Amino acid sequence: MRITRMTAIAAAAVLTLGVAACGGDDDSGDAGSTDTGSKTFEAGTTMERLNKAQKIVIGTKFDQPGFGLKGLDGKPAGFDVEIGKIVADELGIPEDKIEYIETPSAVREEKIEKGEADIVVATYTINDKRKERIDFAGPYYVAGQNILVKADDTSITGPDSFKAGDKKVCSVQGSTPAANIEQYLANKGSQLVLFDVYTKCIDALNSGQVNAVTTDNVILLGFIARNEGKFKLAGENFTEEPYGIGLKKGDTAFRTFINDTLEKAYSDGRYEGAWKDTAGKFDDQVPTGPAVNRY
Amino acid sequence: MSVLVDHFDVFASGLWLTFQLCLLSAIGALILGTVAAVMRISPIPPLRWVGTAYVTVFRNCPLTIVWFFAAFGLPALGSNADFLRIPGLTSVFSRLGVDIPYFRFAIVALSVYTGAFVCEAIRSGINAVPTGQAEAARAIGLTFTQNLRHVVLPQAWKAAIVPLGSVIIAMIKNSALAGFFGLVGELSNSGVNLTSALGEPIIPVFIGVSIGFLIMTVPLGLLLDHLERRRAVAR
Repeated sequence: MRITRMTAIAAAAVLTLGVAACGGDDDSGDAGSTDTGSKTFEAGTTMERLNKAQKIVIGTKFDQPGFGLKGLDGKPAGFDVEIGKIVADELGIPEDKIEYIETPSAVREEKIEKGEADIVVATYTINDKRKERIDFAGPYYVAGQNILVKADDTSITGPDSFKAGDKKVCSVQGSTPAANIEQYLANKGSQLVLFDVYTKCIDALNSGQVNAVTTDNVILLGFIARNEGKFKLAGENFTEEPYGIGLKKGDTAFRTFINDTLEKAYSDGRYEGAWKDTAGKFDDQVPTGPAVNRY
Repeated sequence: MSVLVDHFDVFASGLWLTFQLCLLSAIGALILGTVAAVMRISPIPPLRWVGTAYVTVFRNCPLTIVWFFAAFGLPALGSNADFLRIPGLTSVFSRLGVDIPYFRFAIVALSVYTGAFVCEAIRSGINAVPTGQAEAARAIGLTFTQNLRHVVLPQAWKAAIVPLGSVIIAMIKNSALAGFFGLVGELSNSGVNLTSALGEPIIPVFIGVSIGFLIMTVPLGLLLDHLERRRAVAR
């Protein structure tokens, strides 16, 4: 009994200290005594809050080669991650203070709305439906949907090849490419296969259950690079998927700041460097930064 | 909650496909399970071994693994589960006949996995039949097959029906995995598509998906309660 009481007292003490410590942090933050990386921002803005806190939470994909892929060291790496680092750097936050959380396609809006992620850079196609819930800075890259086929397949030349109804195509459920390809299909039930990840599609393509895999070109290029000589792209990109940076709806000052940051990174070479280190390994054409859309 | 009204057709067609999958898999599982149960009590040792091995393997493997072997192992062996393209059935269940084999793989996975549980439920039913029944049947000269068909299995079915129902209810819920193994348009897969491709809010969509599953499982549960009460009276 005595031990229990002692434990309780100890726990209470720890809690009190902990609360006090938190309070202390806030106070010093207000006084501006922490190191803010020699950057100053207008009071009350998101930039000021993040800069003072010296911490930013970035949502990204953990399974997208070239854009956001979590490695064995537990840290995601890729073009999206590099873009996130550029934004953090402009906010005066060092690389090691960035916290990454995984934001798969289904939960991206939710994570932003709930404030669990400050920004989301996750191969995030800008569209109007999503704009109803969140805001987009950028685009910082324009991908396009393409079709992956076996290297010796000449029967598929583009999305129109599916109109005849005898070719089967695979994509990932809930993704924009899956919704896009549907309009080219004669019969969804007998032509479309959806999995939760692209690797299963590649497997189905390999063993002949499907004739093609469709999604954004950069993802497909990643698979071509990993399976030398086995696959190829069939034709040109047939959509434009502008990738944007998701942030809380209505935070116009923060959006403008990220847009400015992107433009700065386009011109000072950091954008090009980020590409060459990551997705550029699959696609040697360095993209020119697309014009940001300040809607 | 407006998503339930706006996309009612998506939920309805998802429910229909899931229902087809569950119906066909339940039939498959009942057939497989009964055969396995008969094997397990047969007088021929090799048959007993096969039955026991089947139950041991599939009852103890996670369903996801079984499904993986069905959806990616069968193609590696060169099979698209074409033996399920049963003439007549394919005209009622159109997905059964299409070139894309994932509906058939789903039936294989669910039937084989659930069959192991069905086998054990039926075997427990068989064990519930007093030994005197089988002995009496043998005494009047019935063969093993006749004994099973006319004496043991009819009584075993009655004792097994409630546990069997629970197994089938579990199978209906397990069918939600189908969407992750290539089956397009099934109930939970439709839910995932609504949330991520169309950006609908997650909670209402999955409330809709749950309602879909409840529509299938609750009546089945009520039917089982009813059967159980009737059986209690009959005894």
